Amino acid sequence: MITVVLEIVVGLMLVIGASFAFVASLGILRLKDVYMRMHAGSKAGTLGSGLMLLALAIYAGDAGVVTRAIAGVIFFLLTAPISAHLLAKAAYVVGYRPCGDTKLDALAKVVTPKN
Amino acid sequence: MTGLFLINILMALAWGAVSGNFSVINLVFGFVLGTGALFLIREQVGTGAYFHRYGQAVSLALMFIYELVMSAWRVATIVLRPKIELQPGIIAFPLTVDRDFEITMLASLITLTPGTLSVDVSEDRKTLYVHCIDVPDPDETIADIKNGFERKILEVFR
Repeated sequence: MITVVLEIVVGLMLVIGASFAFVASLGILRLKDVYMRMHAGSKAGTLGSGLMLLALAIYAGDAGVVTRAIAGVIFFLLTAPISAHLLAKAAYVVGYRPCGDTKLDALAKVVTPKN
Repeated sequence: MTGLFLINILMALAWGAVSGNFSVINLVFGFVLGTGALFLIREQVGTGAYFHRYGQAVSLALMFIYELVMSAWRVATIVLRPKIELQPGIIAFPLTVDRDFEITMLASLITLTPGTLSVDVSEDRKTLYVHCIDVPDPDETIADIKNGFERKILEVFR
C-alpha cells in the first residue's frame, strides 16, 4: 500500500517538475530580452529540476542517494541566483539594453557600456 | 548562537561515540537529541534565544520555499499566456542590510522570488538594482521586499 502511494507521489513530482522545466524553456523562447528570459530560467528551471531530484530521493530510499539528491537541490538553490545575477550584470555592462517595453531603467545612469 | 550550535554538533559527535555508530542517520539523530537536551535546560542556562533563532531561520526557509513555488508558478502563467504584455523595468532598491553576506543572501532571495531578479549592487553597497518582469508600481515592489525578506534577514542575523 505504502509503496503504491509513494510511487504515485514520485510520478506526480516527476511530471510537475518536468512541466516546470518545459515552461522554463518555453519562457526562454517567448520572452523578449535577456533579463526577462533569466526570470524563466532561474525560477521555473530551479523548481523543476529540484522537484525531479527530490522525486529521485524518495524513489531511491537509499541514504547515499538521498543525501546526494538533497545536496544537489541545495547547490541548485545556491548557484541559480548567482549565475542569473552574473549573466544579467555581464549583459548590462557589455551594453545589451532592456527591450523597448521597459518602463524605467535605474541602472542607465550608473553603468555606461564599455566601448 | 554559533557557540551553542557548535556545542550541539559536539553533542551529536558524542552521541555517535557513545552509540558506536557514525553513520549519517545516527549523527542526525544525535543532533536532534542534543537539541532536545539544550531545549530542556533553556531556562537554567539561557539557551532560549538559540531556539528563537532556530524558529526564525526555519520560518525564513519556509517563506523562501513558498516564494520559490509562487514565483515559478507566476512565470509559468506569464509564459503560457497567448499574448505576453508586460511592463518590465530595473528599479533601485535602497539597502538597509550592510554586511556582505546579508546582501548576498537578500540578492539571492530576491532572484528566486516572484518577478524580481537582482542585477547589480552599487559600489558603496547602498543600492541593489533589481530587474522586475512586471512593475506597474515600483514603490510597492520596493515596500514588499523591505517588509518581507529584508526584515526577516535582519531578524535572523542581528
